[in-house]
Amino acid sequence: MNTAKTIQTSKTPKSFGFFDFLYKYGTLITIGLLIIVFGVMSDSFLQPSNIINILRSISIVTIIAIGITISLSVGGFDLSVGSVASLANALVISMFVWHGQGVWMSIILTILICLSAGIINSFMIVKLKIQDMLLTLAMMFVFQGIAQTYTKGATLSQNMIMPDGSFSTGIISPIFAKIGQVPWIIIIMLVVVVIVHIFLKYTKHGRYMYVIGGNMEAAKLSGIPVNKYRIATYLLSAAFAAIGGIMLGARVMTAEVNSGAPYLMDSVAAAYIGFAVLGAGKPNAIGTFVGAVLIGILQNGLVMLSVPYYAMDIVKGTVLAFALAITYYKSK
Amino acid sequence: MTALPILAMKSFLEGEEMGEGKQVKLQMKNISIEFPGVKALENVDFLTTTGTSHALIGANGAGKSTLMKVLSGAYGHYTGEIYIDDDPVHIRNPKDAKDLGIQIVYQEVDTALVPYLTVGENIMLDYTVNDMGKKQIVSWGQIHKRSKEILEKMNVKVSSKKLVSELTLAEKQMVLIARAISKTCRFLILDEPTAPLSHSETEELFRIVRDLKLENVGVIFISHRLPELFEICDDITVMRDGEFVVQESIQDMTQNQVVEYMLGRKLGDQFPKIDIQKGETIFETKNFSDGEKIRDIHIHAKKGEIIGIAGLVGAGKTELCKALFGMGKTNSGDVTLHGKKLRLRSPDEAVRQGMALVPEERRKEGVLVTESVTTNITAVNLKNFCTMNTFLNLKKEKKAAREVIQNLGIKTPSENTKVQNLSGGNQQKVAIGKWLITDAEVYIFDEPTKGVDVGAKKDIFELIFQLAQRGKCIIYASCELSEMIGITDRVYVLYDGMVAKELLTSETNEEEILFYSTGGR
Repeated sequence: MNTAKTIQTSKTPKSFGFFDFLYKYGTLITIGLLIIVFGVMSDSFLQPSNIINILRSISIVTIIAIGITISLSVGGFDLSVGSVASLANALVISMFVWHGQGVWMSIILTILICLSAGIINSFMIVKLKIQDMLLTLAMMFVFQGIAQTYTKGATLSQNMIMPDGSFSTGIISPIFAKIGQVPWIIIIMLVVVVIVHIFLKYTKHGRYMYVIGGNMEAAKLSGIPVNKYRIATYLLSAAFAAIGGIMLGARVMTAEVNSGAPYLMDSVAAAYIGFAVLGAGKPNAIGTFVGAVLIGILQNGLVMLSVPYYAMDIVKGTVLAFALAITYYKSK
Repeated sequence: MTALPILAMKSFLEGEEMGEGKQVKLQMKNISIEFPGVKALENVDFLTTTGTSHALIGANGAGKSTLMKVLSGAYGHYTGEIYIDDDPVHIRNPKDAKDLGIQIVYQEVDTALVPYLTVGENIMLDYTVNDMGKKQIVSWGQIHKRSKEILEKMNVKVSSKKLVSELTLAEKQMVLIARAISKTCRFLILDEPTAPLSHSETEELFRIVRDLKLENVGVIFISHRLPELFEICDDITVMRDGEFVVQESIQDMTQNQVVEYMLGRKLGDQFPKIDIQKGETIFETKNFSDGEKIRDIHIHAKKGEIIGIAGLVGAGKTELCKALFGMGKTNSGDVTLHGKKLRLRSPDEAVRQGMALVPEERRKEGVLVTESVTTNITAVNLKNFCTMNTFLNLKKEKKAAREVIQNLGIKTPSENTKVQNLSGGNQQKVAIGKWLITDAEVYIFDEPTKGVDVGAKKDIFELIFQLAQRGKCIIYASCELSEMIGITDRVYVLYDGMVAKELLTSETNEEEILFYSTGGR
């Protein structure tokens, strides 16, 4: 409900421009409207348990979207995060059920392997100078294929049947399961948002990244090691995608084929909606979180209103377009 | 709008005899326009006629470009009246202006051209967009035929089938002029057309302007280069701070008078006269090459010395500046500073070793237009504004930004204003200002006065002298010969990527520099 309060208490700027106002607060207004509409139409929507439910449901989207936000901040774009998340999900579950590893070992190994995906991305983008969107699109297929090949197209879970007919013996640690449960999943998300917000807004490195995103040529001529930061960016987005995939694994305790793919588009939407939140005008962590909240509320509210699942995407897409329209429409 | 004096609208293309054509009068009265927070124009009057060339001049931010954007329909929300031959006309969008025969060629030529289309298609773009009517099929033959006619008429030797992306800047400008006169053109506005052009290219442009005048086209010419205006223009209008100052026949004015009107005060001497104590030689290059354009460069500089890099456009000045800043493809040869050999493989290495560069293309390379003045100023030296080398100290940043703004006299509402909202001269000051808070030893300036008005120019020269006084080496590259004479101690003249001659400024003159720049021996 914080967001609703923000709207009421927010002071309008001195030179009141209606569209400036919409640009800054459009997303928050949309969220407020949705809360009112869903709250009126469904009794259970505003129950604390449901609010926690919404936060839980957006946590994975938010973390993957934070990775995209970082790649956007240097003017890049990483489309491969969904596949990296799938890969991380498959890897982390397989560490438990196939290889009998402990929690920390599984998580660290998974992140390290996913970072190598980031290294491939950054090498191809920075050194071979392939356009980021095209390259990560290509790599999206590659990583997806690697994940599928690794699991041989099967769903991984405890006691799964192995190719030789036996049952797997590895056990998924109950500590690992905690990561995917309330409150930890929400706490991890909030910590990531806050850390990345501080990183982008209040550290030298974040500033450099925005400078690179603003004008790469000028950044280079200002003596900023542009390529190092761009490499770091793709590593970070792969790392956050990996964390997202690990949390997904902890939440469902299995690894399905392409489990990360559905998160890609929601994450991209969240990051882009985040541009305009409070008039930032550039990718930013808090905005991305707000974008994810918008998507989460929408999804949850539509379920509450028993909108059939097959029609949900229509409403979801429409409201997203509306939120984007009021934030991007300017009176010139 | 269509009920206009059609008789007077004759197309340049049709080549009708217009020498004795009726002179058409264009008058703008009480034009005012406001942007959020800024009153850009206030009750400006402007009067010109076809068949003459009219200079429009003013300091950066005086409102010349804004006035011309009003005239060409780019800004529709002005107040005031526009008359053509005493008939009021309405210009609220670019199409209105074009229908009235008012065409504009903007300074940034690349914004108006489609690089992967041919010259012919670009010239005929207006036709294809506006005048095809119900026709759906593009006739390639006709497009190339007509564009070729126009180019021939202008006496420009560019194939209409070439891609625009392969053209030089000057040729792109010609394409835009060709597009402007492909339709009815009674008034042609040229916004700082000569800024990026070399001497011979400028001559070529002037020839076209003279031809157009004979064809009864009224040319409105915005420029900062006074000698040019006196060469090519008949009348002059001076603006200052969004207001009309004076309109005269240019013969009745002197250059100094124009400058006084522009500034509203006497200019005084442009170049500061300060004697600077020179130290020992600290910067030196030997056999320096970038693997592409420049080769075998031997230059050296003392502490507090300003050395000039002269040469024509294309002689390799910018390439030399960039190579010294670690941007060369494969640098070879030695560069030493304080006797220590420098490794210059990337700009960030160059900065760490005490080099600074104010690049030529300031919007593209020098400033971050979408970021605040503060961000721009601290970008090169952000580590000094950090605690634990990581977290930004926003207060310290703000203080430093305010100091720079004050010291350089940057005209900005606040340190948080985005740089894109500043005028050209002030953007340049930001581009220079960001290097002042670093501890560089060698400052390289590449055409720092390009597109900057006389008032701001003087400020920039003073800044450069201050740096020299602090014992820095200054490398000053420019094709403005008067600046070479005015500001430097020694000049290296580049010709075709090599140092053709080293000259002592006190013993040379503009003619001699030009002589060696053009390959004289």
